[in-house]
Amino acid sequence: FMQRGLDSQTKKQLEEEEKKIISEEHWYLDVPDLKEKESCIIEERSFLRCEDLVYGRMSFKGFNPEIEKLMIQMNSKCKEEEIEEDDKMEADVSDEEMARRYEALVGTIGKKFLRKRDQRVLKDDDEDEDDEVEEGNSKTRPSKRAKKMFLKPQD
Amino acid sequence: MAAERGAAAEALVGQVVLPGDLLLLPAHYDEDAEGERLRLSAGAAPQGRLLCGPGLRRSGAGLLVTKCGLLRHRPAGGGAFWVDSQQKRYVPVKGDHVIGIVTAKAGDVFRLDVGGSEPASLSYLAFEGATKRNRPNVQVGDLIYGQFVVANKDMEPEMVCIDSSGKSSGMGIIGQDGFLFKVSLGLIRKLLAPKCEIIQELSQLYPFELVLGMNGRIWVKAKTVQQTLIIVNILEACEYMTAEQRKQALAKLSGN
Repeated sequence: FMQRGLDSQTKKQLEEEEKKIISEEHWYLDVPDLKEKESCIIEERSFLRCEDLVYGRMSFKGFNPEIEKLMIQMNSKCKEEEIEEDDKMEADVSDEEMARRYEALVGTIGKKFLRKRDQRVLKDDDEDEDDEVEEGNSKTRPSKRAKKMFLKPQD
Repeated sequence: MAAERGAAAEALVGQVVLPGDLLLLPAHYDEDAEGERLRLSAGAAPQGRLLCGPGLRRSGAGLLVTKCGLLRHRPAGGGAFWVDSQQKRYVPVKGDHVIGIVTAKAGDVFRLDVGGSEPASLSYLAFEGATKRNRPNVQVGDLIYGQFVVANKDMEPEMVCIDSSGKSSGMGIIGQDGFLFKVSLGLIRKLLAPKCEIIQELSQLYPFELVLGMNGRIWVKAKTVQQTLIIVNILEACEYMTAEQRKQALAKLSGN
């Protein structure tokens, strides 16, 4: 245990000594100006960044509908055309329907993941409204509910 | 060697430049103290950096021309200068979309011939939706449209068929049938220019599909073999035809 500590200490000392040595002997360029110069001009070997080239895959007159969609997509990235409206038009399910279904869906799936106690509470809430409850249930209900609370021992 | 006197870059735009010409940049790009003073006084310093495109190299006083061709300039987005030159041999460049032919399968990697000095490598995981168990169905002799992710003179070029977000966006194996042929690189750039007349006129003729690779390869597919061959012949010939000759040829075809 102590040995490991010693090793780390010696390591730290060695590192500090190394850093000192390096910082004294380290050669560094005293030319921050050069960096500024370099940032003005970028060298580029690709024509793609110089000229506005279109995407290489094309299809005409409906030969390949997927590629025609792709063409519109890729070429409008540069020009920012009104693609958002097209997306809304093409949706199969409208937003309202989606919201309605999602609302119902959340409830049903949420019930699945409740713990047992909470599920019972839910069921009780549902069954409270029903009058046709068996007596057995009514008997067990208060006892189960009573179990949850701390019962003082009767003297 | 006596140093050549450089000419102002903007004066030579659109003219022929030869290797060895020195182009002086306007004052606001200069890094001398005079340049800085000018920058401060004239408030119109361009924002962003100057792009020095293919055919040009940065040298102390300005830009050095390394290829012969026409000098082009784009003032937008910080400005860009490049040399529009003609060549048939392709040199792999990072980010270029090219058509490659699969020549060999070596374990997990495919070797593709892209027309450069070395075959490019393509990993089988570089396709959309590919996992170790779900391998793409690529055979020797297939055509693949992909982009370079590593391409310099020191290393073997590497290609991928997905973009940075993991989607294939049109890249991958090119389908069955169709015709692959080679043209010069200048024609490809002309065809890929926005609103290219040749492509617009051709699109009026027949329904067809076209894939253009920056390595000079074009793949065409139309409904019948005859239509495919017609399109191939037009694309090959339109490099040396004037616009009128092209329109005459297309008029004959659409008349037939």
